[in-house]
Amino acid sequence: MTDHEHSPTIVLNGARHELPGATSALDLIADVTGRELNPDGTPADGGRLGIALAVDGEVIRRGAWSDCTLADGHTVDIVTAVQGG
Amino acid sequence: MTWTIDDVEMSSRLVMGTGGASSLSILEDALVASGTELTTVAMRRFDAESRDSVFTMLQRLGIRVLPNTAGCYTARDAVLTARLAREALETNWVKLEVIADEDTLLPDPIELFAAAEELVLDGFTVFAYTNDDPALAKRLEDAGVAVVMPAGAPIGSGLGILNPHNIETIVSRAQVPVILDAGVGTASDAALAMELGCTAVLLASAVTRAHDAHAMARAMALAVEAGHLAAGAGRIPKRPLALASSPFDGMLAAQ
Repeated sequence: MTDHEHSPTIVLNGARHELPGATSALDLIADVTGRELNPDGTPADGGRLGIALAVDGEVIRRGAWSDCTLADGHTVDIVTAVQGG
Repeated sequence: MTWTIDDVEMSSRLVMGTGGASSLSILEDALVASGTELTTVAMRRFDAESRDSVFTMLQRLGIRVLPNTAGCYTARDAVLTARLAREALETNWVKLEVIADEDTLLPDPIELFAAAEELVLDGFTVFAYTNDDPALAKRLEDAGVAVVMPAGAPIGSGLGILNPHNIETIVSRAQVPVILDAGVGTASDAALAMELGCTAVLLASAVTRAHDAHAMARAMALAVEAGHLAAGAGRIPKRPLALASSPFDGMLAAQ
């Protein structure tokens, strides 16, 4: 990485988040959840992930996470189920 | 005695919400005691610090999840939340909730209807949380929602069913299942909902915030079953004066 290239910074769940470099949505979710993921976005342990992701207000389907490269300024939301209703 | 949505057959007519419990273990105990087969969850930002997952627990218990759009004020937010829920929880079912203000938490009819139309077109099975308004309920049904869910009273109020006549009217005109949602405070409220002809009752706070959640969960399960049986049994007509249940013939007369 040359000097003028800086790490991409996104807004992750409402807070600034610096990425280590070129990062796919799949990488980010694996990092945030601490779970190993297959390229199709399913957990390597065979369980269910229970996670969804939106970039700039658009839902990115699980199968497209690996092709979704996060860029500087992206607003990323990672959501899951909580008690409610 | 079962009821069916999208070919999914359910025996329990008590739909539990997971909100309001002070811990996951209390919630789990209440869910099991209630015998529920369908339970709502909310969608919120993932918190890595929060190790307890309600989704994992529900999978373990074998209870189907019904994600809701609680907290949304606009059709736009509700549609996004529903799409996130579909992706995260791998279900087309959604409890559509679009509220007007935080004091009443009552549905905003305009935004609710707009969201319902969009979600139906997008292939969702929509459980529409609505006002106890027969006209709006009919419009939602015409828009293609799978279930109409009128509020008995504001969420968490425990006021019971404020307008039983409207609930009865909604039920009598609906071609889709009607689930009484919100306002239930105690077992008799749940029984009344079923006596009015509802297919099921959805409640959370009445159980999760009860002093003894386990006992109230059990009470609600029994009340829903009792009310459903009573609704089908054909109640006696109300009458202004007594009708003796013992014969007058053969009475003894004191000398």
